[in-house]
Amino acid sequence: MNRTEIEFERCKECGYCVEFCPKEVLAFGDKVNKRGYYPPAPVKQEACIACGICARVCPEGAIEVYKEV
Amino acid sequence: MKTIYKRPESFTDAVTSYCGGCGHGIVNKLMAELLDEMGLREKTILVWPIGCSVYADKYFKADAICALHGRAPALATGIKRSLPDRFVLVYQGDGDMVSEGMSEIMHAAVRGENFSVVFINNAIYGMTGGQMAPTTLWGQTTSTSPYGREKSSSGYPVNMAEIMAQMPGVCYSERVTVNSPQRIAATKKALKKAFSYQFEEKGLSFVEVLSPCPTGWSQKPVKALEWLEQKMIPIFPLGVFKDMKEGEGK
Repeated sequence: MNRTEIEFERCKECGYCVEFCPKEVLAFGDKVNKRGYYPPAPVKQEACIACGICARVCPEGAIEVYKEV
Repeated sequence: MKTIYKRPESFTDAVTSYCGGCGHGIVNKLMAELLDEMGLREKTILVWPIGCSVYADKYFKADAICALHGRAPALATGIKRSLPDRFVLVYQGDGDMVSEGMSEIMHAAVRGENFSVVFINNAIYGMTGGQMAPTTLWGQTTSTSPYGREKSSSGYPVNMAEIMAQMPGVCYSERVTVNSPQRIAATKKALKKAFSYQFEEKGLSFVEVLSPCPTGWSQKPVKALEWLEQKMIPIFPLGVFKDMKEGEGK
Protein backbone atom coordinates (compact mmCIF):
# COMPACT_ATOMS: atom_id res chain seq x y z
CA MET A 1 0.00 0.00 0.00
CA ASN A 2 1.18 3.54 -0.73
CA ARG A 3 2.29 5.47 2.30
CA THR A 4 1.60 9.09 3.36
CA GLU A 5 3.62 10.21 6.35
CA ILE A 6 2.72 13.45 8.13
CA GLU A 7 5.22 14.75 10.63
CA PHE A 8 2.95 15.34 13.60
CA GLU A 9 4.88 18.10 15.39
CA ARG A 10 5.71 20.09 12.23
CA CYS A 11 2.11 20.50 11.03
CA LYS A 12 0.33 23.87 11.44
CA GLU A 13 -3.11 22.72 10.37
CA CYS A 14 -3.51 24.89 7.28
CA GLY A 15 -5.55 22.15 5.62
CA TYR A 16 -4.04 22.51 2.14
CA CYS A 17 -3.30 18.76 1.99
CA VAL A 18 -6.88 17.89 2.98
CA GLU A 19 -8.24 20.42 0.46
CA PHE A 20 -6.16 19.32 -2.52
CA CYS A 21 -6.04 15.52 -2.04
CA PRO A 22 -7.88 14.19 -5.13
CA LYS A 23 -8.88 10.96 -3.37
CA GLU A 24 -9.87 12.41 0.03
CA VAL A 25 -7.32 10.26 1.79
CA LEU A 26 -6.60 12.80 4.53
CA ALA A 27 -8.85 14.21 7.24
CA PHE A 28 -8.21 16.36 10.30
CA GLY A 29 -7.29 14.32 13.34
CA ASP A 30 -8.40 14.72 16.94
CA LYS A 31 -4.93 14.69 18.50
CA VAL A 32 -3.29 17.99 19.37
CA ASN A 33 0.44 18.63 18.85
CA LYS A 34 2.88 20.68 20.91
CA ARG A 35 1.98 23.90 19.08
CA GLY A 36 -1.73 23.42 19.63
CA TYR A 37 -2.68 22.30 16.12
CA TYR A 38 -4.70 19.27 15.08
CA PRO A 39 -2.68 17.69 12.25
CA PRO A 40 -4.50 15.69 9.56
CA ALA A 41 -3.99 11.95 9.30
CA PRO A 42 -4.69 9.42 6.52
CA VAL A 43 -8.16 7.94 7.00
CA LYS A 44 -8.41 6.09 3.67
CA GLN A 45 -4.81 5.11 3.05
CA GLU A 46 -5.88 2.35 0.64
CA ALA A 47 -7.31 5.02 -1.73
CA CYS A 48 -3.97 6.86 -1.96
CA ILE A 49 -2.53 6.95 -5.49
CA ALA A 50 0.80 8.44 -4.32
CA CYS A 51 0.44 11.54 -6.54
CA GLY A 52 2.39 13.59 -4.01
CA ILE A 53 0.09 16.63 -4.20
CA CYS A 54 -0.36 16.77 -0.40
CA ALA A 55 3.40 16.88 0.05
CA ARG A 56 3.94 19.52 -2.64
CA VAL A 57 1.33 21.92 -1.26
CA CYS A 58 2.47 21.55 2.38
CA PRO A 59 4.10 24.87 3.38
CA GLU A 60 6.00 23.18 6.19
CA GLY A 61 7.48 20.28 4.21
CA ALA A 62 5.90 18.00 6.79
CA ILE A 63 4.56 15.33 4.41
CA GLU A 64 6.45 12.52 2.72
CA VAL A 65 4.87 10.18 0.18
CA TYR A 66 6.06 6.70 -0.80
CA LYS A 67 4.70 4.53 -3.60
CA GLU A 68 4.62 0.77 -3.43
CA VAL A 69 6.39 -0.83 -6.38
CA MET B 1 8.98 1.60 -1.70
CA LYS B 2 9.60 4.35 -4.24
CA THR B 3 9.96 7.85 -2.84
CA ILE B 4 7.47 10.22 -4.48
CA TYR B 5 8.16 13.22 -2.28
CA LYS B 6 10.68 13.71 0.46
CA ARG B 7 11.60 16.80 2.46
CA PRO B 8 14.34 18.59 0.45
CA GLU B 9 17.92 17.83 1.52
CA SER B 10 18.78 21.54 1.53
CA PHE B 11 16.33 22.11 4.39
CA THR B 12 17.43 21.82 7.99
CA ASP B 13 15.20 20.24 10.64
CA ALA B 14 14.10 23.64 11.96
CA VAL B 15 10.36 24.33 12.09
CA THR B 16 9.55 27.54 10.23
CA SER B 17 8.33 30.65 12.04
CA TYR B 18 5.61 31.17 9.40
CA CYS B 19 1.92 30.96 10.25
CA GLY B 20 -0.10 27.98 9.07
CA GLY B 21 -0.83 28.22 5.34
CA CYS B 22 1.75 30.93 4.62
CA GLY B 23 2.97 31.07 1.02
CA HIS B 24 6.54 31.76 2.18
CA GLY B 25 6.80 28.13 3.30
CA ILE B 26 5.79 26.83 -0.12
CA VAL B 27 8.22 29.10 -1.97
CA ASN B 28 11.06 28.31 0.46
CA LYS B 29 10.42 24.64 -0.14
CA LEU B 30 10.53 25.10 -3.93
CA MET B 31 13.83 26.96 -3.55
CA ALA B 32 15.25 24.12 -1.44
CA GLU B 33 14.09 21.56 -4.02
CA LEU B 34 15.80 23.54 -6.78
CA LEU B 35 19.04 23.91 -4.80
CA ASP B 36 19.01 20.09 -4.52
CA GLU B 37 18.09 19.42 -8.14
CA MET B 38 20.48 21.94 -9.64
CA GLY B 39 23.31 20.98 -7.24
CA LEU B 40 23.73 24.58 -6.07
CA ARG B 41 23.76 24.19 -2.31
CA GLU B 42 27.54 24.51 -1.86
CA LYS B 43 27.87 27.64 -4.00
CA THR B 44 24.73 29.49 -2.97
CA ILE B 45 24.56 32.70 -0.96
CA LEU B 46 21.01 33.54 0.08
CA VAL B 47 20.23 37.16 0.89
CA TRP B 48 17.25 37.38 3.22
CA PRO B 49 15.18 40.50 3.89
CA ILE B 50 13.49 41.97 6.92
CA GLY B 51 9.98 40.55 7.11
CA CYS B 52 8.40 37.23 7.92
CA SER B 53 11.25 35.43 6.15
CA VAL B 54 13.91 37.08 8.33
CA TYR B 55 14.68 33.79 10.12
CA ALA B 56 14.80 31.79 6.88
CA ASP B 57 18.58 31.40 7.10
CA LYS B 58 17.87 28.81 9.79
CA TYR B 59 15.86 26.66 7.39
CA PHE B 60 18.49 26.25 4.65
CA LYS B 61 21.78 24.38 4.67
CA ALA B 62 23.37 27.13 2.60
CA ASP B 63 25.35 30.30 3.23
CA ALA B 64 23.07 33.18 4.05
CA ILE B 65 23.08 36.80 5.11
CA CYS B 66 20.27 39.04 6.29
CA ALA B 67 20.16 42.51 4.78
CA LEU B 68 18.96 45.75 6.33
CA HIS B 69 15.34 46.59 5.61
CA GLY B 70 14.93 46.82 1.84
CA ARG B 71 18.66 46.73 1.13
CA ALA B 72 18.94 43.12 -0.01
CA PRO B 73 19.64 43.96 -3.69
CA ALA B 74 22.38 46.41 -2.66
CA LEU B 75 24.02 43.79 -0.44
CA ALA B 76 23.67 41.14 -3.15
CA THR B 77 25.36 43.49 -5.62
CA GLY B 78 28.45 43.58 -3.43
CA ILE B 79 28.43 39.82 -2.89
CA LYS B 80 27.99 38.99 -6.56
CA ARG B 81 30.66 41.44 -7.69
CA SER B 82 33.23 40.14 -5.22
CA LEU B 83 32.31 36.44 -5.65
CA PRO B 84 31.06 36.18 -9.23
CA ASP B 85 31.21 32.36 -9.26
CA ARG B 86 28.59 32.06 -6.49
CA PHE B 87 24.89 31.70 -6.98
CA VAL B 88 23.34 34.76 -5.30
CA LEU B 89 19.64 34.67 -4.56
CA VAL B 90 17.74 37.65 -3.18
CA TYR B 91 14.45 37.00 -1.44
CA GLN B 92 12.19 39.91 -0.53
CA GLY B 93 8.64 40.57 0.53
CA ASP B 94 6.43 43.37 -0.71
CA GLY B 95 6.82 45.66 2.29
CA ASP B 96 10.58 45.20 2.15
CA MET B 97 11.03 45.61 -1.60
CA VAL B 98 8.30 47.95 -2.80
CA SER B 99 8.01 50.25 0.16
CA GLU B 100 11.27 50.31 2.04
CA GLY B 101 13.76 49.32 -0.64
CA MET B 102 12.25 50.51 -3.91
CA SER B 103 15.36 52.45 -4.89
CA GLU B 104 17.68 49.49 -4.20
CA ILE B 105 15.79 47.09 -6.46
CA MET B 106 15.32 49.75 -9.16
CA HIS B 107 19.01 50.60 -9.23
CA ALA B 108 20.06 46.95 -9.18
CA ALA B 109 17.82 46.53 -12.23
CA VAL B 110 19.24 49.70 -13.85
CA ARG B 111 22.76 48.32 -13.41
CA GLY B 112 21.66 44.93 -14.69
CA GLU B 113 23.22 43.12 -11.75
CA ASN B 114 23.59 39.43 -12.39
CA PHE B 115 21.58 37.81 -9.61
CA SER B 116 18.12 36.33 -9.14
CA VAL B 117 15.35 37.99 -7.16
CA VAL B 118 12.33 36.23 -5.66
CA PHE B 119 9.64 38.71 -4.68
CA ILE B 120 6.82 37.55 -2.43
CA ASN B 121 3.71 39.68 -2.88
CA ASN B 122 1.01 39.13 -0.26
CA ALA B 123 -0.51 42.62 -0.47
CA ILE B 124 0.13 43.36 3.20
CA TYR B 125 2.85 43.90 5.80
CA GLY B 126 2.78 40.45 7.37
CA MET B 127 5.37 40.56 10.14
CA THR B 128 4.51 43.93 11.64
CA GLY B 129 0.83 43.14 12.05
CA GLY B 130 -1.03 43.51 8.77
CA GLN B 131 -0.58 47.18 7.86
CA MET B 132 -1.31 48.58 4.40
CA ALA B 133 1.52 47.97 1.92
CA PRO B 134 2.07 49.61 -1.49
CA THR B 135 0.71 46.39 -3.02
CA THR B 136 -2.53 46.41 -0.97
CA LEU B 137 -5.63 46.22 -3.15
CA TRP B 138 -8.36 48.86 -3.28
CA GLY B 139 -10.95 48.20 -0.63
CA GLN B 140 -8.73 45.75 1.21
CA THR B 141 -9.06 46.21 4.95
CA THR B 142 -5.80 46.26 6.89
CA SER B 143 -4.94 47.50 10.35
CA THR B 144 -4.01 50.92 8.91
CA SER B 145 -6.88 51.05 6.41
CA PRO B 146 -9.82 49.79 8.48
CA TYR B 147 -12.35 51.01 5.90
CA GLY B 148 -10.40 49.58 2.99
CA ARG B 149 -7.65 51.17 0.87
CA GLU B 150 -8.98 54.21 -0.95
CA LYS B 151 -7.84 55.17 -4.40
CA SER B 152 -8.20 58.88 -3.70
CA SER B 153 -5.83 58.99 -0.75
CA SER B 154 -3.57 55.92 -1.16
CA GLY B 155 -3.25 55.56 -4.91
CA TYR B 156 -2.69 52.40 -6.86
CA PRO B 157 -1.22 48.97 -6.04
CA VAL B 158 2.31 48.58 -7.44
CA ASN B 159 2.81 45.95 -10.16
CA MET B 160 6.47 45.09 -9.75
CA ALA B 161 6.74 42.38 -12.43
CA GLU B 162 5.58 44.83 -15.10
CA ILE B 163 7.87 47.59 -13.82
CA MET B 164 10.87 45.26 -13.83
CA ALA B 165 10.03 44.09 -17.36
CA GLN B 166 10.55 47.70 -18.53
CA MET B 167 14.13 47.78 -17.30
CA PRO B 168 16.79 46.97 -19.91
CA GLY B 169 19.00 45.32 -17.24
CA VAL B 170 16.37 42.74 -16.38
CA CYS B 171 16.51 39.52 -18.41
CA TYR B 172 13.50 37.73 -17.02
CA SER B 173 10.34 38.88 -15.27
CA GLU B 174 7.40 36.65 -14.49
CA ARG B 175 4.49 36.68 -12.07
CA VAL B 176 3.33 33.37 -10.64
CA THR B 177 1.32 32.22 -7.65
CA VAL B 178 1.08 29.27 -5.29
CA ASN B 179 -2.67 28.87 -4.79
CA SER B 180 -3.03 25.44 -6.42
CA PRO B 181 -0.81 22.38 -7.03
CA GLN B 182 -0.60 23.20 -10.76
CA ARG B 183 0.48 26.77 -10.06
CA ILE B 184 3.05 25.58 -7.52
CA ALA B 185 4.55 23.44 -10.29
CA ALA B 186 4.52 26.48 -12.61
CA THR B 187 6.20 28.55 -9.89
CA LYS B 188 8.96 25.98 -9.61
CA LYS B 189 9.49 26.13 -13.37
CA ALA B 190 9.70 29.93 -13.28
CA LEU B 191 12.17 29.86 -10.39
CA LYS B 192 14.31 27.29 -12.20
CA LYS B 193 14.44 29.48 -15.29
CA ALA B 194 15.33 32.55 -13.23
CA PHE B 195 18.08 30.62 -11.43
CA SER B 196 19.55 29.24 -14.66
CA TYR B 197 19.70 32.70 -16.27
CA GLN B 198 22.15 33.75 -13.59
CA PHE B 199 24.67 31.23 -14.98
CA GLU B 200 24.15 32.60 -18.48
CA GLU B 201 25.04 36.06 -17.07
CA LYS B 202 22.11 37.73 -18.76
CA GLY B 203 21.26 40.22 -16.02
CA LEU B 204 18.78 40.41 -13.20
CA SER B 205 16.11 37.71 -13.20
CA PHE B 206 12.92 38.50 -11.33
CA VAL B 207 10.07 36.27 -10.18
CA GLU B 208 7.07 37.74 -8.37
CA VAL B 209 5.05 35.20 -6.39
CA LEU B 210 1.52 36.08 -5.26
CA SER B 211 1.36 34.49 -1.85
CA PRO B 212 -1.43 33.97 0.68
CA CYS B 213 -1.17 35.61 4.12
CA PRO B 214 -4.07 34.01 6.04
CA THR B 215 -3.20 35.77 9.30
CA GLY B 216 -2.79 39.22 7.74
CA TRP B 217 -5.93 38.83 5.68
CA SER B 218 -7.86 37.42 8.71
CA GLN B 219 -8.98 34.39 6.75
CA LYS B 220 -8.72 30.62 7.01
CA PRO B 221 -5.84 29.34 4.84
CA VAL B 222 -8.04 27.60 2.24
CA LYS B 223 -10.30 30.70 2.00
CA ALA B 224 -7.19 32.84 1.55
CA LEU B 225 -6.30 30.85 -1.57
CA GLU B 226 -9.76 31.60 -3.00
CA TRP B 227 -9.45 35.27 -2.10
CA LEU B 228 -6.08 35.37 -3.87
CA GLU B 229 -7.67 33.86 -6.99
CA GLN B 230 -10.69 36.18 -7.00
CA LYS B 231 -9.23 39.48 -5.83
CA MET B 232 -5.48 39.52 -6.36
CA ILE B 233 -5.04 37.89 -9.77
CA PRO B 234 -7.30 40.44 -11.61
CA ILE B 235 -5.08 43.26 -10.26
CA PHE B 236 -1.80 41.34 -10.55
CA PRO B 237 -2.19 39.27 -13.74
CA LEU B 238 -0.04 36.16 -14.01
CA GLY B 239 2.35 35.66 -16.88
CA VAL B 240 5.80 36.19 -18.34
CA PHE B 241 6.47 39.88 -18.90
CA LYS B 242 10.00 39.59 -20.17
CA ASP B 243 12.16 36.70 -21.28
CA MET B 244 15.40 37.40 -23.12
CA LYS B 245 16.14 34.92 -25.84
CA GLU B 246 19.37 33.02 -26.41
CA GLY B 247 22.26 35.36 -27.07
CA GLU B 248 20.52 38.51 -25.81
CA GLY B 249 21.54 40.28 -22.63
CA LYS B 250 24.90 41.63 -21.64
